[in-house]
Amino acid sequence: MPRVGLFIPCYVDQLYPQVAMATLELLERYGCEVDFPAAQTCCGQPMANTGCVTEAKPLAEKFLAIFKDYEYVVCPSGSCTAMVTHHYEELLHGQPGFEELRKKTFELCEFLVDVLKVGKVEGRFPYKVGLHNSCHGLRELRLGSSSEMMVERFNKAGQLLSGLEGIELVPLKRPDECCGFGGTFAVAEEAVSCMMGLDRIHDHEQAGADVMTAGDMSCLMHMYGLITRQKKPLQVMHVAEILAGRQPAKEIATTQPTAVVSR
Amino acid sequence: MSDTLTVHHEHPENASEFVANDSRAHWHDQSLWFVRSKRDKAASTLPEWEELRARASAIKQHAMSRLGDYLEEFERNAQKRGVTVHWARTPAEHNQIILDILEKHKAKKVVKSKSMLTEECHLNPFLERNGVEVVDTDLGEWIVQLLNQPPSHIVMPAIHIKREEIGDLFHKHLGTDAGATDPPYLVNAARGELRRKFLNADVGITGVNFAIAETGGFVVCTNEGNADLGVSLPKVHIACMGIEKIIPRAADLGVFLRLLARSATGQPITTYSSHFHGPVEGGEMHIILVDNGRSDILGSPDFRRSLNCIRCGACMNTCPVYRRSGGHSYETTVPGPIGSILAPSRDAKTHKSLPFACSLCGSCSDVCPVKIDLHTQLLTWRKEIFIRGLLPWKKRIGMKFGRILLGSTWMFATAGRIGRWLVPKLPRFMVYNSLNPWGKQRELPPMPKQSFRQLYQQRKPK
Repeated sequence: MPRVGLFIPCYVDQLYPQVAMATLELLERYGCEVDFPAAQTCCGQPMANTGCVTEAKPLAEKFLAIFKDYEYVVCPSGSCTAMVTHHYEELLHGQPGFEELRKKTFELCEFLVDVLKVGKVEGRFPYKVGLHNSCHGLRELRLGSSSEMMVERFNKAGQLLSGLEGIELVPLKRPDECCGFGGTFAVAEEAVSCMMGLDRIHDHEQAGADVMTAGDMSCLMHMYGLITRQKKPLQVMHVAEILAGRQPAKEIATTQPTAVVSR
Repeated sequence: MSDTLTVHHEHPENASEFVANDSRAHWHDQSLWFVRSKRDKAASTLPEWEELRARASAIKQHAMSRLGDYLEEFERNAQKRGVTVHWARTPAEHNQIILDILEKHKAKKVVKSKSMLTEECHLNPFLERNGVEVVDTDLGEWIVQLLNQPPSHIVMPAIHIKREEIGDLFHKHLGTDAGATDPPYLVNAARGELRRKFLNADVGITGVNFAIAETGGFVVCTNEGNADLGVSLPKVHIACMGIEKIIPRAADLGVFLRLLARSATGQPITTYSSHFHGPVEGGEMHIILVDNGRSDILGSPDFRRSLNCIRCGACMNTCPVYRRSGGHSYETTVPGPIGSILAPSRDAKTHKSLPFACSLCGSCSDVCPVKIDLHTQLLTWRKEIFIRGLLPWKKRIGMKFGRILLGSTWMFATAGRIGRWLVPKLPRFMVYNSLNPWGKQRELPPMPKQSFRQLYQQRKPK
């Protein structure tokens, strides 16, 4: 039984407990022994992305101390996972246990597909879903092929979602355009950030999506903020919520009696 | 031209001004996305695309690792072909070399094909101050020259200008029919006027896309043939290049020519790839090798790879921020992701907002034909800006406070608990006001009663 240390992004812990709970349930469903070490706070990404390496370092050290003894570390965020696997190197280089930590830390979908070898996910989600590919998951962790690269097409979240009964993944005009959240970018470059978010939402609307999903709640928090202000019907759900069997918060009129499965 | 701008603005200010004109910002975004889509289509036709990128990157990194040797080899071989080679450390030296050549030939009229290097050196205003007429013969660049603007894009200098505005401009300068917007009509009018400039020019100036150490020759890529025309009629050809344009062998050209146009515009190759190997009979050819800070970049392991750049502009076309903020918002000769790395290398204080004009999406790194790790370098620049004490105090204090709060599990959990309890109780104006840029266009997430750590604790004795 894989022993997993559950790494929950700080803002998910405080603002989206349902996403963390769905992640926990999902990992347990596939036979993991999951522990949430309560000492954890934040991986330090906001500081590192602002350039404040000296502020990020103590948080990285704290993270290493908390998680170093688990067999695996799993996180429902591509961005926070990438912080550990791609950006801790310069903060923790040479520290005992870091190299092992880097190798055993996984984003949720990546862990389900690559480590637990989950094929078809049981469950029903008879809605039109737009998959927003969060950038760090896509272009740093390579959870899918990016549209810029001429490589074989794959997408780990898409693969898991498409196993659900009744789900229809709708095609977007720009499959992996950034939503404009970008951490402090969301406030420092407020105008561009919001325009990017609205464009991303519009792409999902024109594709006919009922629900927008993503592997990172931060992108969805940003777009939820815009959607709610503009009173749009589009709903947002984290991939973990859909995979764990949650249904949309607001009722959606299903137009097709027979669900279509597309990939 | 940015040195003629007296007031400097930070990127967010310029960007919000651009975004404020919603229809224009969307038009700009879509024009550039169209080019990005053409690039995708062109790249996808080559099964070896990723291999080409890897090879181009390796060739450039090798060339940069022995730059001095290759430049000297290039100089020797060019000299053998009768070319005069000049070395310029600064834009001022570069401009003076050109002026000296012009004065020697009593030249008063110059035609210039597109060269971002001469933009970087602000050659046009310098020559104009010295009584020389310079005409940019690339159509887009000529348009921005007539408008007295700097280019907003390195490949498509007038991409920010609408057809109707070009119609008005040509009506004013060339006497085309008022209100005419038909592209072939406008292009013909421009061609007629430019043809007169070509015929009367004393000297032709070009940029350089690739200089080949092994042969001493160089290649200029254009779509309009203006480089060829500009140097075929006058007897004197001056070619200006940044020292990073060097490639070792003629055989390497194939790799770069296949990548360049596909990445830039989605064409399989530029309409003209003009190879120059010495002066025309009875004429002169000069090459000016310009440093202007490139050696400093070469000396920095973090940013060295930015010298791989072949100026295709693909990182601009793909950048979601560039597309929505326009090239001028960067206030640099080279805008977009690559410009946001190059500009702070020259002047970090002035350009400190540029590495933050980026959501770190990484699309630029994946699109780059020479595999520059653009978004990683932008992140590294943020660190540099912090280390050099150039980060605005608000951000510095905010991050320090964040580290203290997040450094303690108890403080973090308590602050979260208070926040989740307090925010829903506050009157709206206290949450959504000018102090909260998040809330200008966005709602905050709903505040749950309990955090995950609380729920987890309750669930534990399962």
